[in-house]
Amino acid sequence: MADGLTRNQMAWRLGRDIAEGSYVNLGVGIPLLVLDHAPAGREIIFHSENGVLGMKPKDEADGIRPDDLTNAGKQPVSLVPGAAMFHHADSFIMIRGGHLDIAVLGAYQVAENGDLANWRLSGAPTAPAVGGAMDLAAGARNVWAICEHNGRDGAPKIVRECTLPLTGPRSVNRIYTDLAIIDVTPDGLVVREKIEDLSLEGLQARTAAPLSLANDWRPLEAPEL
Amino acid sequence: MIDKQCKSAAEAVEGIEDGAVILVGGFGQTGEPMDLLDAIAAKGLKDLTIVANGGGSGEHGIGRLLAGGCVRKLVCSFPRVPGSVAFEELYEQRAIELEIVPQGTIAERVRAGGAGIPAFYVPTGAGTELGEGKEHREFEGRAFVMEHAIKGDVAVIKAERADRWGNLSYRLSARNFNPVMAMGAELTIAQVEECVPLGGMDPETIVTPSIFVDRVVEIPDGVSNG
Repeated sequence: MADGLTRNQMAWRLGRDIAEGSYVNLGVGIPLLVLDHAPAGREIIFHSENGVLGMKPKDEADGIRPDDLTNAGKQPVSLVPGAAMFHHADSFIMIRGGHLDIAVLGAYQVAENGDLANWRLSGAPTAPAVGGAMDLAAGARNVWAICEHNGRDGAPKIVRECTLPLTGPRSVNRIYTDLAIIDVTPDGLVVREKIEDLSLEGLQARTAAPLSLANDWRPLEAPEL
Repeated sequence: MIDKQCKSAAEAVEGIEDGAVILVGGFGQTGEPMDLLDAIAAKGLKDLTIVANGGGSGEHGIGRLLAGGCVRKLVCSFPRVPGSVAFEELYEQRAIELEIVPQGTIAERVRAGGAGIPAFYVPTGAGTELGEGKEHREFEGRAFVMEHAIKGDVAVIKAERADRWGNLSYRLSARNFNPVMAMGAELTIAQVEECVPLGGMDPETIVTPSIFVDRVVEIPDGVSNG
């Protein structure tokens, strides 16, 4: 079977698609890796739900106490010149009010119509926890899901209909996996990029919703990271 | 002369009663007013409702209130984090009521409570199980759910700096929920790292104006200062 991208390579590849000047929120998990692999020299303003615009990976030399400045995953981060701080109600005005260009979210399942499930596993004994996921799914102008193409048990994460509790209906525009980049369109799921050695049939066999291949599809590639 | 400064955390939390609805600032441990929460836990109060982003972690702050059996209900967006042992034990024993609210909806419900707005509509949660049972209404072809304001009896917050009137400024992302909670309660109590003389804060840097703050206590080296 063709080798897919690592999580860091997935995050790197997604970062190449973020246009200069974009305001971008990164969810916890794989999405936060995008911060570490953002394209150098491109001005992208990363938003954190806990009241930060303009975060960058932690620079130990910044003199900021780690507890005073974190990302949504509660890990320490640093600020770029031009960064701004604000409280939670304002932060979610940015999210809910359609001011964010892109929210990058992890996913348990994405359906062919863009339904997203990423907050709760059915029947799990542990308490549910939603954080800002539903606000982001409902409010960002574009929602890009990033996840492994298949779960540890091999189950496809891209499905006809989500069987897990929804985070938001018809939220996702684009899906980045270790095997492919797939657009959610009114005509169904369209593969923009895929691992070159993997046939469309091979990719389809690992996906539980119908795929079509874009005429101008390209190989999915990333450098060693 | 107005002086909202208290001499100790214990003095600052005087008068809070069993069954109180307490709004708590913080995101993870950042900006959580742990010394005030520890002082509330030391009073042995019962049946509190805590409104916060998380369920606390470790042995201070919300974690201590939970472990001490003070809390009947937790309203939050993300109760499970590394170290949220006290919450998880109570949840397993079904010894706590949990209301999961999307993070932005908590912020807006509390903001609305402080702003005199009883309810409002958001797209967040529409078409999900967190929207079930709530009034739905369509605007411009899209589904919205009605959410009610939350009002606190008490808000317990943390800031970096205060003056004796209770004007507050914050430190980086330790601001988070604190200014929102400050506006939403009958009695707002702030622990700060430093009190400065009146006039010692640039009016442009004051994030929470004194009108929202009732009590201030300076705790320069408390457990919540990292």
